[in-house]
Amino acid sequence: MTRQPLILRNPSVLVVLALLAVFTLAVTLLSQAYGSGVVPTSTVKILGKTLCLALAALAMDLVWGYLGILSLGQMAFFALGGYMIGQWLMYARTEAIVAAAMAGNPIPPTAQELREAVANQIFGVVGSSELPLAWAFAHSLTAQLVLVVAVPGLLALAFGWLAFRSRVNGVYLSILTQAMTLALALWLFQNDSGFRGNNGLSGLQNIPGLDGVPQATLSVWFLWASAAALALCYVLAAWLVSGKFGSVIRAIRDDETRVRFLGYPVEGFKLVVFTLAAMITAVAGALYYPQAGIINPAELMPIASIYLAVWVAIGGRGRLYGAMIGAIAVSLLSSWFTGGRAPDLPLPGYTVKWVDWWQVALGLSFVLVTLFAPKGIAGIFDRLAGVLPPRRHGRDLGPGQGALQEKEAKA
Amino acid sequence: MTCRLIALLLTLLLALPAAANPALEAVVADNLDQIEKPSRRTVGPLVAEIAATGPEGLALLSAWAGRALGLAGGRLVIVDGDGATDAVTGQPVADAEPRMLRPNSGVRGVIESALVAGEIASPDRARRAAALASIARDGTAAHLAALRSAAPEADPVLAARRDRIERLLTIRFDTDPAARVAAIQLMAGDVGLDFRAALNPLLATRRLAAAEEPQANIARELRPGSDDFPREAAVALLTAEGLIQPRLTPADQRAALAAHVAQGRVGGVPVAELSDPQARDRAYEALEAAGAVPPAATESETEAALAGTRFFEVYAEADPDVTDAARAAQRGAEWRLAAMSGIDLGLDALSLASIYFLAAIGLAITFGVMRVINMAHGEFIMMGAYTGYVTQTMIADRTLSLVVALPLAFAVTFAAGVALYRLVIRHLAHRPLETLLATFGVSIALQQLAKNIFGTQARPLTAPAWLEGAITVNDVISISSIRVAILVLAVLFLGLFLFIMKRTRLGLEVRAVTQNPGMAASMGINPDRIAMMTFGLGSGIAGIAGVAIGLFAQVTSELGQQYIVQSFMTVVVGGVGNIWGTLAGAGLIGVLSKVIESFNPSNTLAAQTFMILFIVIFIQFRPRGIIPQRGRAAEA
Amino acid sequence: MSALLEVDGISVSFDGFRAINNLSFAIGAAELRAVIGPNGAGKTTFMDIVTGKTRPDSGDVRFGETSRSLLRMNEAQIARAGIGRKFQRPTVFEDQSVAANLTMALKAGRGPFAVLFWKPSAASVARVAELAAEVGLAEHTGRKAGELSHGQKQWLEIGMLLAQEPRLLLVDEPAAGMTLAEREQTTALLVRLARTRAVVVVEHDMDFVRRLDCKVTVLHQGSVLAEGTLDHVTRNPDVIEVYLGR
Repeated sequence: MTRQPLILRNPSVLVVLALLAVFTLAVTLLSQAYGSGVVPTSTVKILGKTLCLALAALAMDLVWGYLGILSLGQMAFFALGGYMIGQWLMYARTEAIVAAAMAGNPIPPTAQELREAVANQIFGVVGSSELPLAWAFAHSLTAQLVLVVAVPGLLALAFGWLAFRSRVNGVYLSILTQAMTLALALWLFQNDSGFRGNNGLSGLQNIPGLDGVPQATLSVWFLWASAAALALCYVLAAWLVSGKFGSVIRAIRDDETRVRFLGYPVEGFKLVVFTLAAMITAVAGALYYPQAGIINPAELMPIASIYLAVWVAIGGRGRLYGAMIGAIAVSLLSSWFTGGRAPDLPLPGYTVKWVDWWQVALGLSFVLVTLFAPKGIAGIFDRLAGVLPPRRHGRDLGPGQGALQEKEAKA
Repeated sequence: MTCRLIALLLTLLLALPAAANPALEAVVADNLDQIEKPSRRTVGPLVAEIAATGPEGLALLSAWAGRALGLAGGRLVIVDGDGATDAVTGQPVADAEPRMLRPNSGVRGVIESALVAGEIASPDRARRAAALASIARDGTAAHLAALRSAAPEADPVLAARRDRIERLLTIRFDTDPAARVAAIQLMAGDVGLDFRAALNPLLATRRLAAAEEPQANIARELRPGSDDFPREAAVALLTAEGLIQPRLTPADQRAALAAHVAQGRVGGVPVAELSDPQARDRAYEALEAAGAVPPAATESETEAALAGTRFFEVYAEADPDVTDAARAAQRGAEWRLAAMSGIDLGLDALSLASIYFLAAIGLAITFGVMRVINMAHGEFIMMGAYTGYVTQTMIADRTLSLVVALPLAFAVTFAAGVALYRLVIRHLAHRPLETLLATFGVSIALQQLAKNIFGTQARPLTAPAWLEGAITVNDVISISSIRVAILVLAVLFLGLFLFIMKRTRLGLEVRAVTQNPGMAASMGINPDRIAMMTFGLGSGIAGIAGVAIGLFAQVTSELGQQYIVQSFMTVVVGGVGNIWGTLAGAGLIGVLSKVIESFNPSNTLAAQTFMILFIVIFIQFRPRGIIPQRGRAAEA
Repeated sequence: MSALLEVDGISVSFDGFRAINNLSFAIGAAELRAVIGPNGAGKTTFMDIVTGKTRPDSGDVRFGETSRSLLRMNEAQIARAGIGRKFQRPTVFEDQSVAANLTMALKAGRGPFAVLFWKPSAASVARVAELAAEVGLAEHTGRKAGELSHGQKQWLEIGMLLAQEPRLLLVDEPAAGMTLAEREQTTALLVRLARTRAVVVVEHDMDFVRRLDCKVTVLHQGSVLAEGTLDHVTRNPDVIEVYLGR
């Protein structure tokens, strides 16, 4: 087993990077800012956001598809990343607006007055006029960029340390991650938590200091940034799962106990992957919300994280590109169907309006995928590439199930 | 003040047939001038005389006290809105344009106590009770006198009520401190809202600043800078009492500076430099020196004033004996109140726990037997609630529809559960995480389906009349009847479940399959059938829980979502595969939610957040729940 | 001879059932030992305790020259200290290749970051090839472990144990499911291994134990019933009663 370059071991990396480059170039050339204008700015934003969702799905796949932890709280990290960057976006922009407004006063404002006015502007909506402690660094872009990865990373580290140490596994762990997300969402929903309660942070699409740049151009820039982040993280993830590290985490997924008896500190591996995935997800969130323009605690509700799991499952977990395909395909289809642009389906006696029926169709198709195509869309690629599951398997290996259930002796 | 009492009397009296009353006519004719210009000291006999003439006299008195009595052409008329009637004859008077009589409060007090005395002495028990209730709502010193001089009450219930009201009025209005203290001590330990309301004004305090100890009933002396009397409060008090000049707020300073901008400078300081607070101070001092602005209190002045002044909290009530007794009684009441609030909290927690138990029991059964989390469980609860709603639209009688809805909901969700098992879960055996996701797919499909069928607005599921209202022990302890019913339902299901598990063949087989499916299969038990039955049973109970929850919550397509996470928590905290574990989990979560909520009742979101955090930490120490599965099987 | 592993008066009970009852046991640094006993004698629980899977209620387990107590260590730490375990049923990572299985087991840094930056060297590749050859899987290094036959999986697991280079090997019923030839091969391997390290074999099969030709410990109801050569213990009346009396 000689060491080959990453690209040769994982030809999919090259394909994904090439497709991503072509896609980005194509959208740029068709955009209103840099090209023919065939693709409207709103669509560019949707595409950019979709790339961020694909990045989140990639991280989810690391945690679920490779490590075997079905985290139902992944979108908490996504939203936290968004909140962290949103703090700077909102503060810096409000500061600029307030400073401009106060410049007209007969007496120039003191620094203290400026701060108070900004705080009043931001928090007046929740009946407060003081800047909470959590906003101590909101004036600094550098600090908030560090916090984008630091806060979700530390949360994941703390939660993971607690959960893995006590060997909470399987369904229990999933429920626990869901509870964590719900707790965080409920906390953010409070007006006095310091994040504007259910109003959330808004106006994030306006980048302070770039007032002269039109949204059409900004949207393309964000598309580039999202594509670049996705490409970088894809390479990182591919490197992570290709070597011995990948071997060990897949082994943990399949039979955690056995890995322990090989002497590997299983909890340490879980913590590393869980924390890293949380940070990747946070980066995705930090790129997503400036494109969405608004973030509020509803984004953290457990349902969002379950949808992420659904995308990864439909795309095919345990394959990095599978997760991305799932996220891109399902989220684009969802926004198409629920956006009211899909044509109604006339049936005898009843007309199916997709706005009403898409959720039903999605739910049922998800059941069907779980039942009949557990490898998801990526399974089709596997079949094309001739990668077949081991012949002697009675049944496919479920990541949560592990090798133990698949004993020949039992079959 | 006594408007309600008067309004009540008015309606009672005006309802009587109008008839001439010669006695009244005579009294009125003799005393018209005194009625017009009454004096508090002399009006007593006249009022008694009028009251003695009968209902018409009482009607006149209440109109008089209520300032509804007027004088028109030598006749007394009672004005009611636009119309007017002759006070003596009861005949309507047209175009009267009376001059309204405005007796002073002293006179009104005399009239009212006479009226009350009349009502209290009324032979009709209902009217005596109504009079007492009215006095209890807003009593006056006049009522106290009337109550004391009234004839003894024969009815024991009313007598007790009257005694209580008399004591409360004594506390508030008696002029003799000894009597007030005695009344307070008699009632000490009572937790009634009325008693606490009577004590509160006695213990009301205000703060004052003075150089010397004032001649007043002093509650305590305050020390500036202590926790409950910060320095700012002391300064504010000094300012309010005019002992020091108001301190200059930044806003006032800015406004003063802005008003004195001259040639780009304020007090010699360039405007551009005024973004610096120190420059502002310099500019203001310059203006002060020039006399352009009023001087502001300096720090040293404030300091000196603080040092030279003492701060006191004084009672509005002058008599120290009364305040001492009131404080002692309040302390006693507070302690008992805390205990009763504890009991009330316990009842609330019990009720919440029973709801969680009902919602989680089905989940626990399926999780215990098949190690499968059914994410659609919440939607089964919702289905049950909608079944109840649909039943109610078909059967008008609430009680009957509820009796029909409960088994119907069970049947509907049992069928749904069996279908879900046969179509999905059976094919995903031993893949718990995939089952979780597949059932989630079912869950979102069912939720949207409910939205498509029933719309997004909440549907009412009304409880029968006998379930409305609450069981009230006293002012503190009460529990709504629906919650009691749900508690009973939960206990019933606990019993039913225990019966099925311990006493029936099905229970035996379920236990066998739970402990060792392979072995059970070799004994001729069909694990597939058992799993299907338990799944149906668990889902059926969810349906019944749905009807119960629908009775007090809004029935929407998201109903299940609100309970599903708590249900998971209940199962996880309790420990799987054990009904007692679920009970313990529900109990713990119910009690804890309510206790956390009681610390800050306005913020239920924070309570829920802390609740979940607690559970996450709890799992650290008991990863397998309160009542874990034991033995070697649990280790595998 | 100082003992490598010393088990001192351990007891453990499950729900009131005493699986291990005041058991004491010692094995030298280079010794082969067979542990036999009827079902429920506590053989597997004994191994669970040594490898950290189960915590005893009382007693102590000490290991190595410094006599470190194993009770405060978790499974992974115990494995890193030099105790390898082979399970009764072969547990290999079926979704991964034979080479990957062996590479994972190779003695190397076990921490997440050490693993992340670990690169295969010529030595490690050679060692994997050597191990594969030793357990007769040289032809199959590229195949997924799940495709192997039951016996081959047993051998792969033994290969993984060898790759770990443990100082103490705990082997649970190695001969189960093996052909006669494979059994002989296993016996030879175990005997050879015991020259450089301690090997504890738990086995039912008396023929297999006889072929190992080593000291035998008989467990019964969680304690040691007899100890000595196979002939010695089979003559022990207590042992005869336990094995044949019922």
